[in-house]
Amino acid sequence: MRTRLTRSTRITLGTVGLLAAVAMSVTACSSSGGSTSPNSKGNSGGGGGGSISGQTITYWASNQAPTIAGDVKALTPELAKFKQQTGVTVKLQVIGWADLQNKILAAVSSGQGPDVLNIGNTWAPSLQATGAFRPFDAQAFDAIGGKSQFVPSALATGGAPGQAPTSVPLYGLAYGLYYNKAMFKAKGLQPPTTWQQLVSDAKALNDPSKGVYGMALEGGSYTESVHFAFIFGQQHGGNLFDGDKATFTNPGVLAGIKQYVDLMGTDKVVNPSDAQYSQGPEAVTAFAKGKAAMVMNQNNADVAIEQAGMPHSDFGVAAIPVPNPLPAGGKDIASFPAGINLSIFKNSKHTAADEAFVKFMTSAAEQEILDKEFTALPINTAAKATWTDDAAEAKTFANILATKAAPLPLTKNEATMETAVGKAMGPLIAKAATGGDVSLGDIKSAMQQAQGQMPPG
Amino acid sequence: MPVDTTTEPDEVAGADTTRPRRRSSWSRGPSRKWRSRWRWQSRLNWAKITPYLLLLPAVLLELLVHIVPMVIGIWISFIKLTQEYIQHWGQAPTAGLSNYRIAVDFSGPVGRSLLESFKITCLYTVVVVAFSWVIGVVAAWVLQRPFFGRGPIRTLFLVPYALPIFAGVIIWNFMLQRDSGAINELLVNNLHLVHHRPFWLLGNNAFFSTAVVAIWRQWPFAFLMVMAGMQSIPNDVYEASSLDGAGSWAQFFHVTLPMLRPVNRVLLLMLFLWTFNDFNTPFVLFNNSVPPSADLMSIHIYSNSFQVWNFGYGAAMSVLMLLFLLLVTAIYLPLANRRSRSVT
Repeated sequence: MRTRLTRSTRITLGTVGLLAAVAMSVTACSSSGGSTSPNSKGNSGGGGGGSISGQTITYWASNQAPTIAGDVKALTPELAKFKQQTGVTVKLQVIGWADLQNKILAAVSSGQGPDVLNIGNTWAPSLQATGAFRPFDAQAFDAIGGKSQFVPSALATGGAPGQAPTSVPLYGLAYGLYYNKAMFKAKGLQPPTTWQQLVSDAKALNDPSKGVYGMALEGGSYTESVHFAFIFGQQHGGNLFDGDKATFTNPGVLAGIKQYVDLMGTDKVVNPSDAQYSQGPEAVTAFAKGKAAMVMNQNNADVAIEQAGMPHSDFGVAAIPVPNPLPAGGKDIASFPAGINLSIFKNSKHTAADEAFVKFMTSAAEQEILDKEFTALPINTAAKATWTDDAAEAKTFANILATKAAPLPLTKNEATMETAVGKAMGPLIAKAATGGDVSLGDIKSAMQQAQGQMPPG
Repeated sequence: MPVDTTTEPDEVAGADTTRPRRRSSWSRGPSRKWRSRWRWQSRLNWAKITPYLLLLPAVLLELLVHIVPMVIGIWISFIKLTQEYIQHWGQAPTAGLSNYRIAVDFSGPVGRSLLESFKITCLYTVVVVAFSWVIGVVAAWVLQRPFFGRGPIRTLFLVPYALPIFAGVIIWNFMLQRDSGAINELLVNNLHLVHHRPFWLLGNNAFFSTAVVAIWRQWPFAFLMVMAGMQSIPNDVYEASSLDGAGSWAQFFHVTLPMLRPVNRVLLLMLFLWTFNDFNTPFVLFNNSVPPSADLMSIHIYSNSFQVWNFGYGAAMSVLMLLFLLLVTAIYLPLANRRSRSVT
C-alpha cells in the first residue's frame, strides 16, 4: 500500500511538474512575442507632439576616452546642457568594448535595454537584422535634423544598403600609422610609403635589449585583429564575404592575415608581450612611452598618447602603406570608415526624447565639442574639424578616409564575422609571440574553423 | 538524489498519520460504517495532501529556477535562434536535429573543435579533481591533531574558498602576466631559472595556469569536507588500531581513508561536476579571450553561441554536456554505493 501510494504520487508530481514547465515556457515565449507589438505601435504614434520635458532616458555610451572615467567626465557636462535645453534627464552608462556587443545582444533578447545607445558602426547591419532598433525613416530623419546634415560615407555605415538605416553616425574614425619623429630622425628614416619599407624601418628601429621595438600591436584584442585582417586582406585582394556568405579562407584574406601576424613572427619587430594586450590603449601607451617606434591605430589614439606623456609635436601620422608591387587584385586600402553610430531601441517609451537626444549629439555645435574631447572626425557636414590643431594630421586622415578607405562588408553576418575571425587570430598571434612559425596552412585552418562558426546561410 | 530526500519525509509522515487511524475506524463496527468511512476519508485526504501543500512552494520555485530554464534550453537547441529571431524567440524556425548533427559531426570544424574542447575538459577535470582532493586530504590529515596555531592555519587554508571568485582569479591574472607579473619576477629576476620570460596565459602554458588556479580555488573545499569527515571518526577505532600495532601510515590507509569513503563519494562527485562545468576560472583569468589550450566546454559553448550569435548550436552543445554529466553520475553513484556498502 505504502509503496504503491508513493509511486503513484511520484508519477503525478512528475507529470504536474512537466506540464507546469511546458505551460510556463509557452507563456514566457508568447508574452515576449506579444509585448513588443503594442510598444512599437505606441512608439510610431508618439513620435510627434507632447512635451518631453521631465522624461528620463538611458544612454549606453561606448568607451571612447582612454578610460571609462574619462568618458563619464567628458559626457557629463554635455548631458547637463541637454537637460537644460530640453528638460530630459539622460542616465549615462559607459560600457567597455569587450562587453558592448554582448550587452547589446542581451538587451535585444530580453527587450530590456537602454533608450539610446552607441554601437560600433560595423555592427550596424547585424543589429539591424535583429529588428530591435528603430529604423530612421524620412520622418525620423526630419526629427533629428535632416538626412543631409550627415557626411555621406559615414551615413552609409548606418545599415544594410536599400533599407532605412537603424543607426546614424556619431563619431568618425580612421586608421593611421603613428610614428615617433625623433626615433625616425635619429636613424635618418622617412615615414614608410610601402609595406616593405615599413618592415625594414621597424627592423632598423628594433632594439629588444633596450626594450624598444619597431611596432606595437594590440595583439590580444579581437576587434583590432579583425580590422587588420580586413585592411590587409583588401591589400591582397581578399574579401571576407561573397554576399552574405563567408569566404574567410580565400587566398587574399589569408595573405593579409599573414602580413599582419608576420610583424610579430618572422619580422620580429613587435614585443612578444603585445600578444596579451587587449585592455584598450596598451599598445598606444607603449608607443607613447618610447617603447615602440610605430603603432597602427584609429585617430582617437591622440588623446591616449598625449595623456601617456608624449607631446603632440613628437609624433607624426601617415597612411598605413601597401606592399609594392601591389598583389594581384589588391587595393590601396589603409582604413575603413570606422566610427561609432547612435541607435534608438525600439522598445523605448520616450521616442521623442530619444530623437531630441540624437539630434543634440549629432548637431554641428555639439560635434565640435565632442570631436575635440574624443578626437573624432566630424560626421556633420556643418561641423568644423576640431579634433586636432595639427593641420598636417587633419589632412592625412581626411585623405585616408577620402581615398584609401573601403567599408567593412555591409552584411547581417558582419558582427559574427568580427568575433569569429578576430578570436581565431588571437592564437595565431600568440603562436608567433611564443616563437612558433605561423604558416599559411595554420592561418587557413584557423579561418576554416572561424568559417564553421558562422550561421548557416 | 534530490527525489529521494524530498519524498522520504512525507512517506514517513503519511504512514504515521494514516495507519493508526485506519485501524480505529474499522473497529467501530458495521452500523456506522459509511459515516465513519466518509470522515476517515476526508481526514485521510487532508493528511495526505498537507505535506504536498507544504512542499508546493519549494516545488514551484524549483520549477521556476531549475526546470523551466532547462526546458527552455532544450527547446532552443531544436530551433534556429540567430540574430533575426533573438527578439521574438517564438518565431524562430525549427531546426530539428540539425544543431545536434553539426555539433557531433566530428569531421566538420564545429564538431572537431567541440571534441577537442571535450578532451581538454576531461584532462582538466582529472588534473584539478585529483590534486584538489589529494591536497585537501593531506592538509586535513596533518591538521587533525591539535597543535599550537592550528586554528589560524585552518582559517588561512579556507581563504581561497572564501574569497569572491573574481577577486581571487583576477589577482592570479596579475601574477601571471608576462612583463609585470609576480611569477615571472620570481622565476626570471630573482631565481634566474629561465632567461626568456615565459607566457603563462598564452599557448600551452595557459592550460597549466588555469588548472593551478582552479586547484587553488577548489582544494579548500575538499579540505573542509574531509576535515568534517575525519572529526566524525570515533577515537576508539584509532586506539584499537594502535593497540594492534598500527603506525600513522597504517592508520591513515586502513582506518581514516576507508571511514572517509561516504564523504569522499559525495565530495569527488561534487568536485567533478563543478570542475567539468567550470566557466569562471578561465573566463576571468583570460579576460574573455581564452586560448585554445584552455578552451573548456562551458567557455567553448559560450563562444559558440553568445559570441557568434547562434544560440541553437550552444544550446545543443549544452544539452550534450548535460547528458554526458548525467551519464557519468548515473554510472558513478551506484558503483560508489556498492563499494561503500561492501566495505561496511
